Amino acid sequence: MSGPSHHPGEAVLIDYAGGALCEGAALVVATHLAFCPCCRDAVADLDAVGGALLEELEPDPLAPGCLDALMARIDRESIGARPPHPAPTATTDPRLPAPLRGYLRGPLERQRWRFLQPGMRGLDLRAGGTASVRLLRLAGGVRVPRHTHDGLELTVVLEGGFSDAFGAFGPGDMAVGDGTIDHSPRSDPEGCLCLAATIGALRLTGPLGRWFNRVLAF
Amino acid sequence: MAKKGRAQGRVARRSGDAGCPPLVPARLFALNGGMTQPAAASALAATSLEDLLVAVGRDQDRLAFGALFGHFAPRLKSYLRRLGCDSGAAEELVQEVMLLVWRRADRFDPRQASASTWMFTIARNKRVDSLRREQRPEFDPTDPLLLPEPGESADQRVESRECNSRLRAALKTLPAEQADLLRMAYFEDKPHSLISSEHGIPLGTVKSRLRLAMDRLRRALRDG
Repeated sequence: MSGPSHHPGEAVLIDYAGGALCEGAALVVATHLAFCPCCRDAVADLDAVGGALLEELEPDPLAPGCLDALMARIDRESIGARPPHPAPTATTDPRLPAPLRGYLRGPLERQRWRFLQPGMRGLDLRAGGTASVRLLRLAGGVRVPRHTHDGLELTVVLEGGFSDAFGAFGPGDMAVGDGTIDHSPRSDPEGCLCLAATIGALRLTGPLGRWFNRVLAF
Repeated sequence: MAKKGRAQGRVARRSGDAGCPPLVPARLFALNGGMTQPAAASALAATSLEDLLVAVGRDQDRLAFGALFGHFAPRLKSYLRRLGCDSGAAEELVQEVMLLVWRRADRFDPRQASASTWMFTIARNKRVDSLRREQRPEFDPTDPLLLPEPGESADQRVESRECNSRLRAALKTLPAEQADLLRMAYFEDKPHSLISSEHGIPLGTVKSRLRLAMDRLRRALRDG
């Protein structure tokens, strides 16, 4: 069976389906979904659960006249003026799946990548919410300093891959890091392009940690 | 604007679903041809929510929209109040959601989702947009990069009305600790990690309760 072998897990998918994940973290999950038919199916189930929960909520009656007011508004906004379906993003990088393309202007090579450490560059993306979300580009065989997470770190591989004590991660694979995980990933020989969202801080735990904590500070 | 009489007696037809039985009874469209309100109301009562959405999407059927509003608007208000809106703000947002329903009903596909599932996704996205001022990133089902389906096609899922009622029945049988967590996850705008820390429930317990709940609900969705 094709498709990724590392998944967000039920709890993160529930956060996504319920709408509780902030935009940056939801972007990582949505990018994983573009690679992963089984998680798309799982999210469809979770949407159905949302529908069933909505259905069984105690109805809270609206003030009289709400429907009439809405119909009057629909009349005013003339039906001919239906909003067009969203236009495809003008500048796209064909290597990136749809939810991510909308966050970039132009191909990856033309972006302003920021130096993070030798062999590792980052590109911050603009997304609402409390997570910082960035693309990370690692040359082959680069080791990321050992770290853990005060909050949550969601990472999805786009190209190449990396490995840590929890396994090998290839395109579409998603790594969920929380306070229970202390790791030091190393990129594969061909390098790695990934998308990572961090809610709360990364905390470096290795000997050079303090210095790197400043470099990686969000 | 209702297109009076145009659709009278027409068989439900959407691209690519040859062989499906008509989803909208002809008598519903007859309503547009000048039936009186009481008759209309009784005919609508016998029509499923999915049929109503299809009628709104294809024919901009106002009676069908009114019936959908009557069913969903008070539930949407309840949903938004649980998320922290006061009554007035909730009612305004309900109108915004129902306006989107009017505009987008033509994209509703009853083969893929029940009406309440579809309404939930519209309401969720709208409240993320309005209450948090954030976008909702979603995969694009038409993206050529989308990984093809292995084996049987999960994207061609069928969420029948029977699935939906089994799901609702199963929700009622969940142990309280699982059902409570599930409601918090959907109605409190808090990721599970925050639910864990705010309620003093260990993260592992939150995850395993949610997983157990979903195991049971998935069985209800699948077993026909």
